[in-house]
Amino acid sequence: MNAEVASVEERKQNLKGMGTSRRRVEDARFVQGKGNYVDDIKLPGMLFGDFVRSPYAHARIKSVNKEAALAVPGVKAVLTADDLKPVNLAWMPTLAGDVQMVLADGKVLFQGQEVAFVVADDRYAASDAAELVEVEYEELPVLVDPFKAMDADAPVLREDLEGKTEGAHGPRRHHNHIFTWEVGDQDGTERALADAEIVAKEKITYQRVHPCPLETAGCVASMDKVNGHLTLWGTFQAPHAVRTVASLISTIPEHKIRVISPDIGGGFGNKVGVYPGYICSVVASIVLGVPVKWIEDRIENLQSTAFARDYHMTGEISATRDGRITGLKCHVLADHGGFDACADPTKFPAGFFNICTGSYDIPVAHVSVDGVYTNKAPGGVAYRCSFRVTEASYFIERMMDVLARKLEMDPAELRIKNFIKKEQFPYTSALGWEYDSGDYHTAMEKALETVKYKALRDEQKANREAFARGETRSLVGVGVGFFTEIVGAGPIKNCDILGLGMFDSCEIRVHPTGSAIARLGTISQGQGHATTFAQILASEIGIPADQITVEEGDTDTAPYGLGTYGSRSTPVAGAATAMAGRKIKAKAQMIAAWLLEVHDDDVEFDVDRFVVKGAPERFKTMAEVAFAAYNNVPPGLEPGLEAVSYYDPPNMTYPFGAYVCVVDIDVDTGVTDIRRFYALDDCGTRINPMIIEGQVHGGLTEALAIAMGQEISYDEMGNVKGASLMDFFLPTAVETPVWETDFTVTPSPHHPIGAKGVGESPNVGGVSAFSNAVNDAFAHLGLTHTQMPHDHWRVWKTAERLGITA
Amino acid sequence: MIPGSFEYHRPESVDGAIALLNEHGDEARLLAGGHSLIPMMKLRMAVPSHIVDLQAIDSLHGISEEGGELVIGALTTQHEVLTSDLLAAKCPIIPEAAALIADPQVRYCGTIGGNVANGDPGNDMPAIMQALGARFRAVGPNGSRDIAARDYYEAAYFTELEENEVLTQIRIPTPAVGHGSAYEKQKRKIGDYATAAAAVILTVESGRCISASIALTNVASTPLYAEAAAGALVGTDLGADAVDTAVRLAEEITEPTSDGRGPADFRTHVAGIMVRRAIARAQKNAG
Ligand SMILES: Cc1cc2nc3c(=O)[nH]c(=O)nc-3n(C[C@H](O)[C@H](O)[C@H](O)COP(=O)(O)OP(=O)(O)OC[C@H]3O[C@@H](n4cnc5c(N)ncnc54)[C@H](O)[C@@H]3O)c2cc1C
Repeated sequence: MNAEVASVEERKQNLKGMGTSRRRVEDARFVQGKGNYVDDIKLPGMLFGDFVRSPYAHARIKSVNKEAALAVPGVKAVLTADDLKPVNLAWMPTLAGDVQMVLADGKVLFQGQEVAFVVADDRYAASDAAELVEVEYEELPVLVDPFKAMDADAPVLREDLEGKTEGAHGPRRHHNHIFTWEVGDQDGTERALADAEIVAKEKITYQRVHPCPLETAGCVASMDKVNGHLTLWGTFQAPHAVRTVASLISTIPEHKIRVISPDIGGGFGNKVGVYPGYICSVVASIVLGVPVKWIEDRIENLQSTAFARDYHMTGEISATRDGRITGLKCHVLADHGGFDACADPTKFPAGFFNICTGSYDIPVAHVSVDGVYTNKAPGGVAYRCSFRVTEASYFIERMMDVLARKLEMDPAELRIKNFIKKEQFPYTSALGWEYDSGDYHTAMEKALETVKYKALRDEQKANREAFARGETRSLVGVGVGFFTEIVGAGPIKNCDILGLGMFDSCEIRVHPTGSAIARLGTISQGQGHATTFAQILASEIGIPADQITVEEGDTDTAPYGLGTYGSRSTPVAGAATAMAGRKIKAKAQMIAAWLLEVHDDDVEFDVDRFVVKGAPERFKTMAEVAFAAYNNVPPGLEPGLEAVSYYDPPNMTYPFGAYVCVVDIDVDTGVTDIRRFYALDDCGTRINPMIIEGQVHGGLTEALAIAMGQEISYDEMGNVKGASLMDFFLPTAVETPVWETDFTVTPSPHHPIGAKGVGESPNVGGVSAFSNAVNDAFAHLGLTHTQMPHDHWRVWKTAERLGITA
Repeated sequence: MIPGSFEYHRPESVDGAIALLNEHGDEARLLAGGHSLIPMMKLRMAVPSHIVDLQAIDSLHGISEEGGELVIGALTTQHEVLTSDLLAAKCPIIPEAAALIADPQVRYCGTIGGNVANGDPGNDMPAIMQALGARFRAVGPNGSRDIAARDYYEAAYFTELEENEVLTQIRIPTPAVGHGSAYEKQKRKIGDYATAAAAVILTVESGRCISASIALTNVASTPLYAEAAAGALVGTDLGADAVDTAVRLAEEITEPTSDGRGPADFRTHVAGIMVRRAIARAQKNAG
């Protein structure tokens, strides 16, 4: 008996299935420097492209003179908008229903905009020649402040939209207005606010930041003129969508386009969209008949490739005097830059911002978002979060603290009092989402207990008294944050991108000797899909993870899928993997029953084999079944053991977590020391705890970066300030504190394996925890809210405003 | 991020380097560790047509003491400075400051000569050298001369060094035994230049400050030798009033620009805090 139990355990361990901290199979090549990134691709005769970019934020282009550039030895072509017009490619569609110039057509709308594309034998010649393209500009008035975008006398940015009163998302009421998006019960919310005992109001800006992946964007386009096939390697987070878009805009038939995403050095939403560099490389390859490579440098990436956030939010939250929330209102002014190139599902111009009621049972709410054009780079991508979810989470988590202050209530207590209760799930929020599952109270209680919250507040009290007596110049801040994400876009009924439903896919082939390959429609950029998806399959079909190859990113081989962003891979493609595995298992069961000479219903799956019910000594292993699938299947059954699943999720998943951050602020220098950061994440079923922990570490580090330093800012002329890693804050190990991670497990009821996705949670939940901690340090002095990033000088200015600097 | 094209030279003697500088005039630039020059070339803010690499000149390496002076060869890397026993024993402020420069990768390549020669107000070593009263030995077609660190810097990237001169050595009067020193640098992260930084060197005898020097980094277009601030300390017991005065006098000479590190008033304020903290620490480790 004992021996048998042990052997089941052994067999399970041998699979390295779900729940195992299996080592990442990708790392063997990465730690040896043997990854294969786009820039590693070298093809015979390959040329290099480089952009001439606009030094101005808003200017008319009077003329472009290519002569000197074309005279540089090795230069093969210089493309401008005029060259792209005959092939209808001077403009391209954006994912948000807008259009964007590929190369400046008559004017430029942001500093760093692509004006001409130089193609040469090598990067040096391309770069030399780019300097010699003479562009004559006539400067135009610059619009930088989004709050002035809809002034009557604001400069007209988009002349191409003149007279267009209808945009992709409804009526436009001003030449710089893109859309207004409204959700919720406006009258009800106004009534709740008017009748409330307490209303707290705050203006909260989530500054413009940038995902800044270590590898910048790039591609290699190779047009084979003999057979008309285009191969496009690139840093694409959604290779299949890129293929479809490429076909639609180039009119090359889709079966003649092959898109390949090789190893990707981080995406974080930055590599979802379509960039002028891709189009110019393709056109150049078509024109010149040889492969063309384009790789941006760091400054170009920070200046022109999709930014994130830039949400200016005004919130009002109402409550009873004892702290029960009665209503929430939010208006957002969204700065989209010169073109609306947001990467959101079509019907959601502000993404899933309406998750902004957060983790709280708020009876009525209303949200309105105004998108406007300014003379800044386009973007608005989901930087390590689902669409606009970190903005929403930051908003509600700051509002909760603002309200707590007004109520003179402990911020943790206010949260606990208003949490959606475990028994309320599935819970429909006032703004229309159906939360699948949650147990917020348990998570919060575990977090507060672990960090000894009460003791921290006592310490803070003593610290404030000592500060008042002049015994210390350091203030303690305790930030409590609780978040609910909405990830896994998404059900085709409400989620599509350019009309493509946001399902995802997995195709499995089990080989005769019992190993397998699985291909998915997603693409890893560091998340470790090759490791974790093999684990899902190992548990589902009983083949050891080490014997399963996971492949993604080649549209000629992988099934169609919408790619990896918005924490959708595990919720959608992970579900497809489990479902495809179950198809394999169902067929394997028939074969096993046939081999065991019993009825299908008389065998059951047991870890890595099928056993005859009640007679466990009679079994066929998956490996045996796999071989039989190729030579001895039951009559009437096709040979082979393959399956494909396209998974349309019934709902999103709603990961959540409780974070606590403790800071010590030196009020004389504004330096904030992160003393402690505790992160409890509930992502449902945990596939690989080690990878989860790694994802949380990475996400928290990015959250730290955003909260404490990242900012893409512009001067009044529209010049980008600090677009290099000297100024744009990318923390090193030195600035990064030790992360304490923890978890609870509340599986998703609708996901085949109960998993919810985790890669983005720490960014969504982390930013507000840091910011709450900094604000909390000054709360006793009357501070309710101070804007991010909380870098040294801003923190010091806050202290100065509060009158506590020397 | 691609530099313009240039010709590469690798002389094996200082004379050879000088000859190349003479030949190519302002089209030539000396290359030491490359960690200031190459980034500028990649941004095409510097577009030299001739690069004269100093790495093969053996005489430019090494740290020694010669008759009351510490002598550091220009090509000595920041890493070598950081790990020198001689400097740790006799002039610890140099390794202390070197450890605050960038990251190990930069310090393995970047040289102390390049750091002081460059004239970037963000560099840390110039203020250290001003506080220490160092002299820079410059060798040119007409022989060699010494330039005091306190006179060397004219404006950002403009120095006393002639176009055809090579800075070969840094010569520092060995600080008094028992002196106290400290370098306080506030920066946003590893790899960043100072928001403001202060070097303080003190000698203290029975509680009295008998000599002091103070210099500041990155709060003007050159390093600042804060003579008056240091003067306010000498002869005092380094009590609150004297320190307050020194801080005020140091703040008064700053002229920082506003940049990503903060607005000018903040950077001046931080300079004051750095001076205050450096005085306290230097006082502590004196004796
Ligand atoms: C990411 C990063 C962060 C950094 N942070 C800091 C910092 O915090 N603090 C700091 O002090 N520095 C910092 N630096 C600069 C670094 O210390 C450089 O190495 C140093 O400033 C220059 O030394 P180098 O040997 O690299 O000189 P190079 O880059 O080779 O030369 C710099 C200039 O000095 C001239 N030059 C060099 N040697 C001589 C010589 N012997 N005689 C005459 N002229 C010469 C060159 O012609 C050139 O104009 C940083 C650099 C980087 C890349």
